[in-house]
Parts: sequence; C-alpha cells; structure tokens
Amino acid sequence: MSDPEVTDQLAREHGLSDHEIALIGEILGRRPTFPELGIFSVMWSEHCSYKSSKRYLKNLPTTGACVVQGPGENAGVIDVGDGNVAVFKIESHNHPSYVEPHGGAATGVGGILRDIFTMGARPLASLDSLRFGPLDDPHQRYLVRGVVAGIGDYGNAFGCATVGGEVTFHPRYRKNILVNAMNLGIARRDQIFLAKASGPGNPVIYVGSKTGRDGIHGASLLASSEFDEDTDAKRPTVQLGDPFTEKLLLEACLEAMRTGAIVGIQDMGAAGLTCSSFEMASRSGTGIEMDLDQVPQRESGMTAYELLLSESQERMLLVAEKGREAEIFAVFEKWDLNAAVVGKVTSDGRMRVRWHGQVVVDIPVDPIAANAPVYDRPTKQPADFAERQKLDLEKLPREADPSGALLELLGSANLCSREWVYRQYDQMVGSSTVLRPGGDAAVVRIPETERGLALTTDCNPRWCAADPYLGAQHAVAEAARNVAVTGARPLAVTNCLNFGSPERPECMWEFAEATRGMGDACRAFDIPITGGNVSFYNETSGEGAIPPTPTIGLVGILDEVTRAVPAAFREAGDDVIFLGDTRAELGASEYLAVRHGLERGAPPALDLAAEARLQRLLAEAAERGLVRSAHDCSDGGAAIALAECAIRSGIGIDAALPSAGLRPEVALFAESAARAVLSCAPAHSPALLGLAREHGVPASKIGQTGGTRIRIEPGIDVPLAKAHDVWARTLPEALG
Amino acid sequence: MLVFPGSLDDRDMARSFGLCGADVRMIWHKDARLPEGLDGIGVPGGFSYGDYLRCGAMARFSPVMAAVHEFAASGQPVLGVCNGFQILCEAGLLPGALVRNRALKYVCEDVRVAVEDTGRIRAELPPGRELVMPVKHGEGAYVPDPDHKPRVAFRYVGGSPNGSTDDIAGVTNPAGNVVGLMPHPEHATDPVLGSSDGALLLRSFLAACLATRDAR
Repeated sequence: MSDPEVTDQLAREHGLSDHEIALIGEILGRRPTFPELGIFSVMWSEHCSYKSSKRYLKNLPTTGACVVQGPGENAGVIDVGDGNVAVFKIESHNHPSYVEPHGGAATGVGGILRDIFTMGARPLASLDSLRFGPLDDPHQRYLVRGVVAGIGDYGNAFGCATVGGEVTFHPRYRKNILVNAMNLGIARRDQIFLAKASGPGNPVIYVGSKTGRDGIHGASLLASSEFDEDTDAKRPTVQLGDPFTEKLLLEACLEAMRTGAIVGIQDMGAAGLTCSSFEMASRSGTGIEMDLDQVPQRESGMTAYELLLSESQERMLLVAEKGREAEIFAVFEKWDLNAAVVGKVTSDGRMRVRWHGQVVVDIPVDPIAANAPVYDRPTKQPADFAERQKLDLEKLPREADPSGALLELLGSANLCSREWVYRQYDQMVGSSTVLRPGGDAAVVRIPETERGLALTTDCNPRWCAADPYLGAQHAVAEAARNVAVTGARPLAVTNCLNFGSPERPECMWEFAEATRGMGDACRAFDIPITGGNVSFYNETSGEGAIPPTPTIGLVGILDEVTRAVPAAFREAGDDVIFLGDTRAELGASEYLAVRHGLERGAPPALDLAAEARLQRLLAEAAERGLVRSAHDCSDGGAAIALAECAIRSGIGIDAALPSAGLRPEVALFAESAARAVLSCAPAHSPALLGLAREHGVPASKIGQTGGTRIRIEPGIDVPLAKAHDVWARTLPEALG
Repeated sequence: MLVFPGSLDDRDMARSFGLCGADVRMIWHKDARLPEGLDGIGVPGGFSYGDYLRCGAMARFSPVMAAVHEFAASGQPVLGVCNGFQILCEAGLLPGALVRNRALKYVCEDVRVAVEDTGRIRAELPPGRELVMPVKHGEGAYVPDPDHKPRVAFRYVGGSPNGSTDDIAGVTNPAGNVVGLMPHPEHATDPVLGSSDGALLLRSFLAACLATRDAR
C-alpha cells in the first residue's frame, strides 16, 4: 500500500490550520511526506503542544522549597524527607472514556502509572476524579459502571492502591464525561530518571508490548477536537489496556534502572513513538535516527505512518549507555517482555526515520517539539456573567422541614455514599493506606518511614461555572483544607484543566480566569504547581461545553503518620467543635440545586488568609494530638458535614450550629469557606479552643457525639439509622 | 515467598513476615529448585499471569510448582493468600475452587473471620478467635469439592462478601500443613492500617515452620 499524496486538504483533515500548513512548508522547504504529516499533526495538536494554553500556564507558580522537578517532565517531583521524593501527576482521559468507558478509563489509569514509573518511582496511590451527566439517565449509568470497572480492572491487576478521588453528576457532562486519573509514586531523591536522549551514539531501545494499530490519532483527533454525531465511529482510536503487561513493565523498568545503564527513559503515551522520541531529543538538544523495521510489531503490514502514530499501550522508549545493551536485554528477557534497539542518538538535531530501507522522515526536532505554534486566542466574558451571579435570598421560601432537607440532600447523587465506587478498587495493596477513601483526603504512609502523605482531588464545577476565577481559587482552597483536616501540611499541586473549545472566546475566557484564580490561590498558600494536563474541546455539537473544571490534585505531608486524623467521629461523649464563620452564602449550592432546582448566585466569598490560618491550626492541633476527628464543611454545608461524621462512625450527634441572625437553611446548608467540624475528648476542648484563638480562627463548642440520632439545631432531628440508609442506598440502587 | 509474573502482594507479605521475625527469600517462578534450608512457603496475592484465564490456572504450570508439591508432601507449611489460595486450589494442594463473586464485582473491604480448624498453623489461632482483615478480590467465592468435605480454617462472620459456600473464607488440607484463605493477613499487621490481627496468623505460620524444622 503506498502512502496517499499529501495535499493541503489532507493536512486540514489532520487537524492542521492553513497557518500551520504554511509554517510546515517554511520549516521543511518542501511538502511533508505522509509520515511527516502525521508527525506534525500530533506534535502540533492541542493535546501535545499546549498551543492555546501555554501563555496562561507560564504564569502559574511552579517553584518552591520542596520542588525537585517542576512542569515539563513526565511528572512533577517533590522532596518528602528521608531522602525520598514523591512523583505525581494527574491526567485526563475524557474523550476515550466517553467513547469506550471501560477501555478509556483503564488506559487512563495505565497512562498515568507509566508517567510515574518512567521516572524511577514505584506507584503508591491512585485517585480518580470523575464527572458524569445525571444519574437518572440510563446511558450515564452505563458510563459510570464502565468507567469504574475499567479503573478497577486496571489498577487492581496492576497492583497500585486506589485511595481516593471524587464523583460528581451534572447535566452539562452528559455528552462529555470527565475521567481524570492521578497517581503518586515514591523514589529515592538521587535515583530519579528523566526523559532525555543524550550522548550521541547511544542506542535507542524500545521495550514493552508490541505495536499494533490501536489508538492511532488518539491525541490529535480524539483529544483535540470536539465531539459530533460521528463520535461512535472514533471507537477504534481508543487504545486497549493490559495491566498484566504494565505490571511486568514496571518491575522490569525499575530493575533495568538499577543496572545504571539507562541514560533516559520516557513512556509512549499520546502520539506513541513520535512524541516520546521527539520530546527526548528536544530536551537534550540531540537528534535520533530510527529504523522502524526494528520495532516489535503485533500485526503485519503496518506502514511507517501507523508505526509512528500508534498509541498501543505498555511501551517505553529508553536510551542506554553504548555497550551496555546486554544488561538491559537480560532484564527484559527475565520478565518476558520485548526489547529491541530501534535507533541511536545523533548530534545533528534531526529526526531521521527509515522504513523498508528508505528515509521516510527527515525533519528538524526543535521547530516541531519546542517551537510549536503558540496562540493567543481571543477571550470574551460571557454575556450573562453578571446575571448568573444574582440571587435574592429574600425571594427564597424559608426552609419548613430541615430534617426532610437533610435526608433529601444525603440521598442526592452528589452527596450520597461513594462506597459503591471505591469498594471495587483495591485500596490496600502496598500496605500503606492509613486513611481510606470516603473521608476528606486519603493518607498513605511513605514506605519504611514514619511520614505520611495526604492526597485529594477537588473542584466544584458549579462554582467554576458561576465564576471561574473564584471557583478555581475555591478548588485550591478546598483541596488544601481537605488535606489539612487530616493533620497534613499542603505541599504541592498537580492540575487537570478540563474546558470546552479554546476556539470559542467564552471558553478561552473561562480558561484564562480559572488559571489566574488557581495561580493566585497557590501563591497565597505558597504551594507550587508541579505539572498537570490541559484537556480542551470537552464539548459536543448541539450540547454546549462542560462547566469549566480545573481539577486540583493536592499532596500534603504528615511528619508522623500515626497522627493522621480521620473524618468520622471516634468516640461517643466527645465534644464537637465548629471552626470558622457561616455567612448568608447559598449561591450555587447543593441545597439550592437539590431543594429548589436552582443553579444561580455567586459562589461563597473566599478569604485566602483565613483559609491559611485554618490550615495551620488544623496541622498543629493534629500534631499535638488534640483532635479525634476533623471534617471540612463544603458541599451541602455544615449540617451535611456533621451528618457524614455521624453516619460513617455509627455514632450520633447532638449539636446546635451557630445561627444568630441567619436563616435556618443558611446556618445548616450554606457552603461558606474556611470552616471545619472537629471532635475531641472533652478534656482537650479548652486547649483546642485556646489554640484556635492563638491562630485567629473563630471556634466554638457546639455539642457532643453520642446516641442514635442526628440532632442539629436549627430544626434537624432524624434517626441515625434512617440517615445512613438514605445516604448508602442511592448509588447501589441506581447502579446495581 | 513465591513470585509469579503478576504477583502483587508479594512485597507486602515479605515485609510483614519479616516484621514477624522471618528471614524471607523471594523465589522466582522460573526457578525449578527451592533454596536450601527453606522452612515454609508463602504464596502471595495478585493476578498471576494477569489471570485472564481462570485465576491461578496458569501459575500452577510454573516451573517452581513441582518443587512446591514436593515441599508440601513432605509435611512442611505452605500458606496461600488470595491469588495464592486460588493457585493452591488449582494445583490440587487444597480442595475446592474459587469462582466469581456472586455480585459479579470486585470487592475491597474489611471482613471479620472466625478461626475453626487451621491444622498445624495454630499457635495463636484458638478456634473461635475472630480476626479483622481486608479482602480484595473478584473471584473469591469458595466452592467445595462435592466428594471431599473441606477442613474449614476460617469462616466469615456475619455473611460472606462474595457468596462463598457456607461462608467459607479459608481451608486446610487433610494433612493440616497447607492453609489457604481469601482475606489478607499481610495488610493487617499494623494498627495504623486498621488492624493488626493478621500478625497472629503470620506468627502462627512461622511457629509451625519452626516446629516442623525441630521435628526434622
């Protein structure tokens, strides 16, 4: 089969703009070959080049005392003491998971795992931030089942504990679900591996699974354009995952790294062999010569174009020290994996690819990898921006049945128990999981040390839709608070920025505002962003875009993991302490959405300094062993937070929330920031309240744990068993 | 500790045995000979060979398994956990089989099991003693061999998480030196992880190893 003739029309079908086609002509001084066209199309795709987002991402804070490696590598790296580093990142696999939920989610997990172990780290913990359309839609239920099973099947068989994440439902995700997978691994600080191809003459070695025809153009066509009616026809662009091979690849890679013969290594993820080789050469200022006939192949008759663009999973590209190839081959042979020398590093800065004895690609590396086109796309504040912030509380009927409201909220899709989901994940492998899923943040022990890491993912899309700047700030603040309630100090952030089409000015404005908010919040808390991923084009013709969803993955540290504080109550007869202030903030709340079917109003105000004071208080209180449980007040407000503490422990509560001058639904269900509820032994109350005063955090004792009812003034009194029942049954009843 | 391709809990089990005082060696599945001076064998959890076929169906053919048969036949202790239990059943070292969970879904949660007849692995496991340990498996429903009533080592308290026949969580071979169970003692050896009951089982196994060595 001969390659098609490269025309402007064919280039356009590859997603390239006329401007980009002209630029290719300038770089090459000729028309590209068909394989070269494929390379340009993936390397300059939104997904691989960040061409629309780059100018905003460069304003984010990326440095700090703990940062060992910021953005630009496969994952971020931070120092976590004792000579250890944490390697972590979050990445989207949204479009594939909508097209094929099981396979899409599974390979999303596989991809992020490779990003971690390619740097020399052993994966320790996974989290998954999932967004779907309404739970009462049968197709969404099919998607939820498929995605959760896919995450479980891959993560469980690979052997990395899934310890947390989030699941939310909103109509605007109906045609564009989000699957954001985060992983964190641990390595020794002096044994980190980078994706570089240095040392001209060094062999380039391909290891792992054979290359097939799956996933061709996953990055360029599936991830870098919006959905339309032909979306189902894109199913073949979704890759197939094999967690067993990935597990072998993990062990083989870590073992090969210990030989000392590896110079650089990178996983073949988006755009496969093309992206990995170009990025490695670009980072080292070198070139690569490759012979595609040496690539292990799963099927016969594959073309150069297909071999270069395949996104077959469980593959790595590495550069070894010349003369030490045999050491690498011995390890991969032990693990029954393919390994083949496919090329060598050169010094001329060019990518030269041979296939069937002919040179089919001969192009300069840097103009394609490092100097891809960058766009400053037009932005425009949506016309209804001011209008959607308006909410007149006076026009809202006063809540007549607080107990009924509590039960309705507890059973609602966004607040009910997530156990149906995480029960399908191995939370234990690695024997490191100290706080399991279901609380605010998960806590894992750093193996062979006394320290622990607290991990969370957060974003309230309703708030980001109302005000992307404030919503993104809240995402950072809530993530930091979720980590802080476990007693950990927030350290660093990875982000997954899910938005609609960058070619629409309103979406680009949302992106600009959200990144600005995220940067401001991270600077205020002094927590750097060490990397992440941008996912544009989350929209389907006719259905509009998703709400802006800048998901924050945050890592915090506990010096003594045995001090980790769980969310659920621990003992009956403990004092319950309320931290922070509740204000008349019901805008864009769960209460409004569930009880009144309303989505409007501004998100709560955010005082970053107050948040920082609360974080410091929580860390010190945990360190001094004053707290038995701590839970942040967020979705559903303080009443839901208290009910969750009770339900998850089986211990009742009798308390009165601060309500002076507040309507009952505000005191109970407002989602004001910088608040938390704690329980402590009564003997510790005075010290805890004193400590709160020292830190400048408003605090009061509001009641006691115990009994078999949930009694929360104003107006709530329900049996604990009933609350547990409505909270626990929603997902199993919907999903089976 | 046997290591198959796809073993996942091998390192955790080795670490836990180590904390209980054992000197642990990892034995690669391609090794046809066992190390000298071995007192007991642990078969860890995981997805051996990916378990794309029936769980444990491939692992039983690994080169190391002939030596494991010989070792067990000589009366020395063997402990299989989760996938290790499945492998021992497939290999015929334990009676019965493990099939897909009744709910057709993987399940990960803490369970309570009661000790019944753990054969020679009994030092700190008096019958009736209850242990809290996690399970995590998709194919953990035990089905006994209709012709051979199993010696039940552990039974789930308050119902099984997987639809096991008679709530059976683990069994012992007729000689009492091979024990297999679905719950994971290696993930329950430290109160900070939720339970340390698993250490009782691991120490009992090591005691059986020492007793067998002394008898030799």
